[in-house]
Amino acid sequence: MNEPEPRPSTAPRRFETAAPPHAIPTRSVPAIMRRVLYALIPAAAAYTWFFGIGLVINFAIAAPAALATEAAILSLRRRPVRRALRDGSALVTAALLAFALPPLLPWWIPALGGFVAIAAKQLYGGLGKNPFNPAMVAYALLLLSFPIHMTQWLPPRMGDIDYTPLTAIEQVRYSLFDELPPKRTVDAYTRATPLDAVKEGLREQRSFQEMSATSLIGTFGGLGWEWVSSFVAFGGLYLLYAGIIRWQIPVATLAGIAVPAMLLHMVDPERFASAAFHLFSGAAMLGAFFIATDPVSASTTDRGRLIFGAGVGLLTYAIRTWGGYPDGVAFAVLLMNAAVPLIDRFTRPRIHGHAER
Amino acid sequence: MLTAVTVLTGLSLALAAALIAASRWLPERGDDAVERIERLLPRIQCAQCGYPGCRPYAEAILAGEAEINRCPPGGESTIRALAELLGREPTPLDTSLGSASMDRVARIDETLCIGCNLCARACPVDAIVGLPQRMHTVIARLCTGCELCVPPCPVDCIEMVPRHG
Amino acid sequence: MVDVTFERYLTGGIRLAANKTASTEEPILRGFIPPLLVIGLHQHGGTSAVPIVAVGQKVAKGEPIALPGAPPSTGVHASSSGRVRAIEERLIPTGTKLRASLCIVIETDGEDRRFEGGSDEPWPESREVRIERVRLAGIAGLGGAAFPTATKLEAVAGTCKVLIVNGAECEPYISCDDMLMREAPAEIVAGVIRMADLVAAPRVIIAIERDKPRALEAMRKAVTAAGDPRLAICEIPTVYPAGGERQLIELLTGEEVPSGAYPSSIGYVCQNVGTAYAIERLAARGEPLTSRIVTVTGGGVARPRNVEVPIGTPIHYLIEQCGGYRRNVVRLIHGGSMMGYALPADDLPTTKATSCIIAAAEGEVRESFEEWACIRCGECASVCPARLQPQELLTAAAARDFDDLEALGLDDCIECGCCDVVCPSHIVLTERFRGAKRAFAEHARRLALSAEAEERHKRRERRLKQIEEDRRAAQEALKAKLRADEEARRRAVAAAVERARQRKRRDAEP
Repeated sequence: MNEPEPRPSTAPRRFETAAPPHAIPTRSVPAIMRRVLYALIPAAAAYTWFFGIGLVINFAIAAPAALATEAAILSLRRRPVRRALRDGSALVTAALLAFALPPLLPWWIPALGGFVAIAAKQLYGGLGKNPFNPAMVAYALLLLSFPIHMTQWLPPRMGDIDYTPLTAIEQVRYSLFDELPPKRTVDAYTRATPLDAVKEGLREQRSFQEMSATSLIGTFGGLGWEWVSSFVAFGGLYLLYAGIIRWQIPVATLAGIAVPAMLLHMVDPERFASAAFHLFSGAAMLGAFFIATDPVSASTTDRGRLIFGAGVGLLTYAIRTWGGYPDGVAFAVLLMNAAVPLIDRFTRPRIHGHAER
Repeated sequence: MLTAVTVLTGLSLALAAALIAASRWLPERGDDAVERIERLLPRIQCAQCGYPGCRPYAEAILAGEAEINRCPPGGESTIRALAELLGREPTPLDTSLGSASMDRVARIDETLCIGCNLCARACPVDAIVGLPQRMHTVIARLCTGCELCVPPCPVDCIEMVPRHG
Repeated sequence: MVDVTFERYLTGGIRLAANKTASTEEPILRGFIPPLLVIGLHQHGGTSAVPIVAVGQKVAKGEPIALPGAPPSTGVHASSSGRVRAIEERLIPTGTKLRASLCIVIETDGEDRRFEGGSDEPWPESREVRIERVRLAGIAGLGGAAFPTATKLEAVAGTCKVLIVNGAECEPYISCDDMLMREAPAEIVAGVIRMADLVAAPRVIIAIERDKPRALEAMRKAVTAAGDPRLAICEIPTVYPAGGERQLIELLTGEEVPSGAYPSSIGYVCQNVGTAYAIERLAARGEPLTSRIVTVTGGGVARPRNVEVPIGTPIHYLIEQCGGYRRNVVRLIHGGSMMGYALPADDLPTTKATSCIIAAAEGEVRESFEEWACIRCGECASVCPARLQPQELLTAAAARDFDDLEALGLDDCIECGCCDVVCPSHIVLTERFRGAKRAFAEHARRLALSAEAEERHKRRERRLKQIEEDRRAAQEALKAKLRADEEARRRAVAAAVERARQRKRRDAEP
């Protein structure tokens, strides 16, 4: 039959193809990073209210250092630079590092921190490939290398302070030029954190109850710190609500701190700090909601996350109570990071249609 | 200080003793080793590695006499698997050895075949059927691409063609 | 009260915007006949059907034009009356991909004349003959996979615990089952009852998603009216992919189909509501499968709706029937938005597997495929209906680590696409897994070839050794025989010499 095919009124049309599924993805990495930064804003406001502008200075130095390091390493690796910088992960790392650092520091410490944190990420292969939490790697390195600077904190701007606190300009001047108001040294301004002070006190056989009555400890946690921790927690709850993090790690971490704290405090309230004190002092809340939840370095299975979080909590408590440092969050996180491949391997759920192993 | 030295020395001696005991009295896994290596090879017996079969090659690898990059049909995946098993560095395939590949099969041109049966005798997996003085043909499904039938054919009627399509 | 509740909630799955309102506002368009039909003979699962018509032959609607091939297979019929203008190889869309198939091209005459032969034979009594009728009638699963229904029913005949009728239709955009349930519930239920009889099922559950209130109401009425105590309706949550066979069985019964096995192995069989409808049309009116409901939808088509489409209708006629394209159409999808695949052109014909055609507009589908690295957030694992770990499968797939891929259950991935949708790094996980499955299959083939080569080589060595031994044994036997012969000869000679000597002695004596 040689007749032509009946000509349809609309001629056949060609289309571009793509593999299924055709639905548009609902999440994105930059959006997640942005939300984490938003969630830190209330905490940053509280921090600045109590402790001055140090946090902002640290972030203002660490962030560009982080971004510059990332750009430099990526171009050495011959990877696209703009794209990686735009994903926001470097900013989040710098922000968390800024929270972890004391507020009164010479500029080269946050700069070095930003550099080390990003190096710790890029040297393993970049986003998604680092086994250790970058901000905590930087913090640990700084703490071990510069112990004096890293343990000098400012007292909160309330309660009985025996001096005039530094103004913002004076803080900036210290950071950049190492200058202080005449006839003062750094020691005049800095104090230990409540965690540090309590730990020292317990070692000297002072009772926790007695210390609670002093101006060290506020309503439920360390003075000033309790509010910062609370605002951190609010930010964390927002992250939970927005689906950015899942509940397993925060709940397990806080439980890992609170449960031994509660038990030991019940047994001997003089020699062991209360659970409330532990939860609302130091980096407990920050660790539970923002640091341990870093998806790249934490466990990926739900059951694994419970184990991971519990491990971070317990190790934090152990280091705080019996270890050599006043706060153990950073080391706890790094230690549990090392255990993640093992945890993941053994907490895989049973696959549909497979028998129980 | 003395305690530390004593404890560490004691631990080292104890662990060394345990290792020596284990190496003496736990069952040898000699045979297992060759089989484990052989299992990673394609086992088509093409002999392009220079050894007369996959088993001899595996034995030579175990003895440290042969490099792990000598198997053309195994290709890169076999080299990597061997490297991982033996803890050696993977090296690129030695391309001077031959071109045997499991993606190709032999094909006899029936217009040229003289029925001499030499190819059937050469095939290590009996994939060629044919009686002397009668037509021969390759069963493509059983052919492994080892190319051992190609040299013996006196009329050069065998060629290697892609397995699919 | 005909309702039952389901056993277990699905672990995993996602809620997606249904996008079904546009195509469900009007009733199903019927009576549409295109000027040309391209009917594929291998449009179903299993083997191709075998043509029995010739070019130039006039055919009537419902006339068999191809008989089932080797099982599993099913027949093919003319979807409308006309003349066969060609029998040639063409590309046709099957359940999961385009396939080259022999096609019978029919120029329709617009009369839609019915085929007379055999349509008023009564529905047979015997189960075997009924199933054979289903096989000949070209009935294949109308949920989208188009697997020959006769083969599927045979597999559970007598061993069926529950017949599950799938009215879930969980994938976005597809609404053909919803509309069929609204418009022909009584026939669907009648077909379900016939299927239940075919497989001797003691129980039947008709699963319908919660977001189809009108379909639920219509089906509940029809089931109540039918009065068959085996039948029950189960309203299931609107989660994708609750309508997947394995997921539906787990949801309704709490049981899991073992990996690598079929539902029939644990006594379940799933059939789509459309398939039930087709069986009723065959049994009650002698009609083979010549048409099916297709949802034509998407922002790129002017008047989205459901259409009763003769099998083999070139898609552009169908779009034309629905008002033509809108200016901003960017993609043509065969199937739903999650598992449907994009078509390169619209002159391809519909098949029994075509449940939906989406003319997608700009902004309606994913057009950017830029990815970030996996950040191990684990969202993919939390939505996987098969409880796999896609983030680990991704690493294993990239490394071509076949042992790991097997242990992680690559085989159990149903390619539903849930993981892609929730991935913040926008990684095309499902496509990676498809590639990994292909590489894995190739790897498995090689392993099988190696194992077989090893076996054949060993047998050959044994055979050659045996030949050698036989040869040596024969040689020994020959030598022994020669020796024995020699010995015998020697003795005979010696005896003859002795006899001669004796004679000589006798002769010498006086």
